Amino acid sequence: MVDQTDALAARIWHRYDRKERLIRYAVLLVTVMVVYWAVRDIDIFWPWVWDAPNQISSLGARMWPPDPRRLEQIIGAMIETVHIATLATMLTIFIALPVSYIAAQNTTPNRACLWLGRFILVSSRSVNTIIWALLFVAIFGPGVLAGILAIMFRSIGFIGKLMGEAIEEIDRRPVEAMEATGASKLKVIAYAVVPQVMPAFFAIVILRWDINIRESTVLGLVGAGGIGVLLQGSIDTFAWPTVATILIAIVILVLIGEAITSILRRKVI
Amino acid sequence: MTRPDAPGTTPGPRTWRKPSFIANPVLRYGLWLVVLVYLIWAFGSLPFNWTRIAEGLPRAARIFGSGFPPSFERGGLLLTGFKESFQIAILATLLGVALSIPFAVMAARNIAPLPIYLFGRAVIIISRSFHPVIVAILFVAAVGFGPLAGVLTLTLYSIGFVGKLLAEEIEEIDWGQVEAMKATGAGYFSILVYAVFPQILPRQVGLSMYQLDSNLRASAVVGIVGAGGIGGTLMNAFGRYDYDFAFAILLIIIAVILVSEGISGWVRKKIW
Repeated sequence: MVDQTDALAARIWHRYDRKERLIRYAVLLVTVMVVYWAVRDIDIFWPWVWDAPNQISSLGARMWPPDPRRLEQIIGAMIETVHIATLATMLTIFIALPVSYIAAQNTTPNRACLWLGRFILVSSRSVNTIIWALLFVAIFGPGVLAGILAIMFRSIGFIGKLMGEAIEEIDRRPVEAMEATGASKLKVIAYAVVPQVMPAFFAIVILRWDINIRESTVLGLVGAGGIGVLLQGSIDTFAWPTVATILIAIVILVLIGEAITSILRRKVI
Repeated sequence: MTRPDAPGTTPGPRTWRKPSFIANPVLRYGLWLVVLVYLIWAFGSLPFNWTRIAEGLPRAARIFGSGFPPSFERGGLLLTGFKESFQIAILATLLGVALSIPFAVMAARNIAPLPIYLFGRAVIIISRSFHPVIVAILFVAAVGFGPLAGVLTLTLYSIGFVGKLLAEEIEEIDWGQVEAMKATGAGYFSILVYAVFPQILPRQVGLSMYQLDSNLRASAVVGIVGAGGIGGTLMNAFGRYDYDFAFAILLIIIAVILVSEGISGWVRKKIW
């Protein structure tokens, strides 16, 4: 019996069995090959890469110290940025809620509506805010309206999708109870669906508002209003100290937005 | 004292009213008032150019008219643009995910000393405050046009996002294993490698997949400011009023994003 104990003792512990190991090596190999292809094939001029730290630190040096002379203008543009984000979030609600209602499996009137809703949500989310802005600037000309519409069209997908998921998770029984009393469709929504999704609604809208503040800072780069217009102008005229002031202002704005969001979240939910 | 159902009194028809979401009426109407005042202020202060906006509808008709049907004639240009976007996304994800580990360790309160913790948090907060497009312009100004600026931008963006979530994950690890290793007298880095990393690794793989997907989306927009990829092609098409080509690019972007979302969702489901 001694040889058997030896055999058992001599076994080596493996974390993965043979098949798992093979899969891991295959995944690793594919990853390495893809990265190799990307590095070899990408159109990068390598001397620039080695020079990049120098260039970046020199840009940083040109920005310092920040130039506060145009502060008043910057604050005005910041307020415009917040207005764009807030108005767009408010307006989005009116479109996103009906869309989420027809995109939720348990409330949609029929299959065609379900797919229409899903199509609206997917196409809204797949196109980036900047690309929406590009389109609306081409249509309505440069200005805040293009910005508001761009943020709206992007937010519809986000709010609509999350609200749709919230509606799909509601408790079915209040709805059935109301239907049994012969309540109208509108009343069922108002008294059985809305109260159940109210907390989710506020959480989602607050979250999106926070995201929209960040998004609205870049709209100006394609001419759609807000602080981005000033930023682009300062970069084009190489006014780096002003750029630094704007960047600091953006960080402060985002931090304030985050603070307000967390206060609201604690209050409402 | 009269009871409502006492004989002689006529009980009025009682109607049930839905309790309001905000019980305090002052607060309720106050909020409405605040919203109203805000709307008046906001709409009053924003510069709307109504004549230009009024021209919008015929313009929209013209743009959509010349945009349909989308033209895939210049497929070669489309292909190079997308290839570059993919390469930017892959390299940025690799670099960003690799760099996010040290920053996450720095930004986790339970394993980093206070000064290092504050530094790590600051890096993460700053790289998250700026939209990738703003970072892209700065990098374009620093290192010139082309995919290099895009890779740098998205690397920073990935550090911010993955680093934040990973730091939260590290703060929630099971502390028992760390203590066990400390008891054996293991050094700081051995503890990191054997007690901390194994606990966050599955999360890290999932986050990397998610980040690859989101970098692919972002790589389509950093090109708009000259940082390489399909965004540049799109911007050029828009600039030349080449709307049928622009719409073709948009359609393919949507298709690619849907496919990549599907793949990354599938992988994450497999791993988690």
